[in-house]
Amino acid sequence: MTPHPAPPVSGPIAFSAEQIAEVRRLQSLYPDRRGALLPVLHLAQETFGYVSLDVEAYVAGLFELSPAHVHEVVTFYTMYFQAPKGRHVVSVCHNLSCHLAGAPAIIEHVKQRLGIEPGETTDDGRITFVSVECLCACEAAPMMQVDDRYEMNLTPEKVDRILEELR
Amino acid sequence: MSEKILSRNFDRANASTLAGYRESGGYTAWDTARTMEPAALVDLVKKSNLRGLGGAGFPTGMKWSFIPKDHAGPVYLVVNADEGEPGTFKDRYILERDPHALIEGMVIAARAIRCKLGFVYIRGEYVQPWRIFSGAVREAREAGLLGEHFDIVVHRGAGAYICGEETGLISSLEGKKGWPKVKPPFPAIKGAFGMPTIVNNVETLACVPHIVNRGAEWFAALGSKTQGGTRLYSVSGRVKRPAVYEAPVSVTLRQLIYDYAGGVSHTGKLKAVVPGGSSAPLLTADQIDVTMDVDGCRNAGTMIGSAGIVVFDESVSIPDALMVVARFYAHESCGQCTPCRESTGWIYKMCKRIVDGKGRKDDLDTILDVAKRGAGTTICAFYDGAIGPYISYIEKFRAEFEELIHRGGPEMAPQTPQRSARPGEAGTHLGHA
Ligand SMILES: Cc1cc2nc3c(=O)[nH]c(=O)nc-3n(C[C@H](O)[C@H](O)[C@H](O)COP(=O)(O)O)c2cc1C
Ligand code: SF4
Ligand code: FES
Repeated sequence: MTPHPAPPVSGPIAFSAEQIAEVRRLQSLYPDRRGALLPVLHLAQETFGYVSLDVEAYVAGLFELSPAHVHEVVTFYTMYFQAPKGRHVVSVCHNLSCHLAGAPAIIEHVKQRLGIEPGETTDDGRITFVSVECLCACEAAPMMQVDDRYEMNLTPEKVDRILEELR
Repeated sequence: MSEKILSRNFDRANASTLAGYRESGGYTAWDTARTMEPAALVDLVKKSNLRGLGGAGFPTGMKWSFIPKDHAGPVYLVVNADEGEPGTFKDRYILERDPHALIEGMVIAARAIRCKLGFVYIRGEYVQPWRIFSGAVREAREAGLLGEHFDIVVHRGAGAYICGEETGLISSLEGKKGWPKVKPPFPAIKGAFGMPTIVNNVETLACVPHIVNRGAEWFAALGSKTQGGTRLYSVSGRVKRPAVYEAPVSVTLRQLIYDYAGGVSHTGKLKAVVPGGSSAPLLTADQIDVTMDVDGCRNAGTMIGSAGIVVFDESVSIPDALMVVARFYAHESCGQCTPCRESTGWIYKMCKRIVDGKGRKDDLDTILDVAKRGAGTTICAFYDGAIGPYISYIEKFRAEFEELIHRGGPEMAPQTPQRSARPGEAGTHLGHA
């Protein structure tokens, strides 16, 4: 199965007036406005769903940077999506403590449940599933991140409940 | 068990609010510190023997004293809250449960180094800690604790372990990819935005108010001869009670595993321990009487690093564990230095084929050779950190690797998944490849 696009963002790529004000505020916090690039890219991803080349170009304009500079940043970090992602992102930790606590079985379980491999999105655009390095909640292994929150001490049953609630 | 100092607020419901923090004696150290000369504050911290708790263990007061005295422009304080070392989770507790302890430590440190602007770089995945900490900063600003004299910008990362390395962190804070820089110049001379900068870990700064309140001698006496204080040990893996434990820096690994964390789980028999985050060389079961201070661990041939302890019981496969650790380093190398970029990838592939039962007779010597050759040749300490596990796992458990290579066939331990991939690059998430 290949990554399946979520519903595309409609309309032109542009922040609202309030968002532009927020961008300017963020830029003013740093001795050099470029310091605000990561926070503004987070804002862009929240707004446009993912960071496409067009979004990169738009953000570059707000910083008077070349799009190539922004591209280099976007591709360096794991949290910026360059292709459409699902409405929810489920990131299961596969590092040492989680591995010792059964992360491979949890990952297998999520694969079966969703019918996709890590790195893919369900056909209905509901969930993007990734396996990731240590999220630094190893005391509650195995664990995963679901959008903004950490879900700890996972069991297959708990994973089922969590996935079920994601709409 | 010793007095709780850094963790004293972790179980108090309202400690993350300003009022709750004040109830526990919060901001009284700032009341004292604001009347002290900067040089006196630096001296106090020097005398306390506080050493950095982020990984390198550098003496904090000495680091502060490196800011050039004749510098006319701005000086920055950057807090490393990019917690990412596998096995470490203690800074998350401070950010969520005692955020004002960090803010108070920052305000005092800022006075010591004559700094008016501080940044807190929080790893991107820590959304909840970021929200709580940002709320605490707003409260402190409204109460006049932050403002003209010193203010804090809370910054979010975007997922990259290497941004925990201080110069990588600075690059990232400047809005660039998180590439570490050649040192010297050290950040204290030329750091964030080209200005003298002190980078300190969250927990390091959370110690500072206690030092001001109770004195350098008191703090120094809590620890060993060369390192003062208590610290937060993150204990996970095969123990009965995985958690954050506060203990004096002179505590032994044995005490942490058995007295604090309730002993070994699963088979109940200890096999090996990662003592200081995944980059720290592995210790065997007969080495756990080591004291967990910077020097104690160094003398035992390992490092305390971030004090992230991962316990392996008898049933843990060492080759399988190394494969997981090697996958991490292959994924997280920033790719600037050839030895690091290439070796981390090769070594992961060799570890993977050994675990898959396709190991070759000379793989172990090849890994050791490749690992040792690159030592000390790279821009940052990431690669030296990666070699720690490569060499120690193989040298200390060579027979287990050889057995697996000789026997062939897939390892009995559960198979681990493919490395992670993002949409649009499914299956090719080799980072730098
Ligand atoms: C690869 C690598 C990753 C690091 N990750 C962290 C980290 O996540 N948090 C941290 O505080 N220090 C980390 N460090 C250590 C920092 O470079 C730096 O020494 C530390 O933040 C200084 O603060 P301290 O003196 O208070 O410990 C890392 C170092 C390396 C080489
Ligand atoms: S040692 Fe590795 S992580 Fe550090 S700068 Fe070189 S390539 Fe990057
Ligand atoms: S290993 Fe999974 S959170 Fe640390």
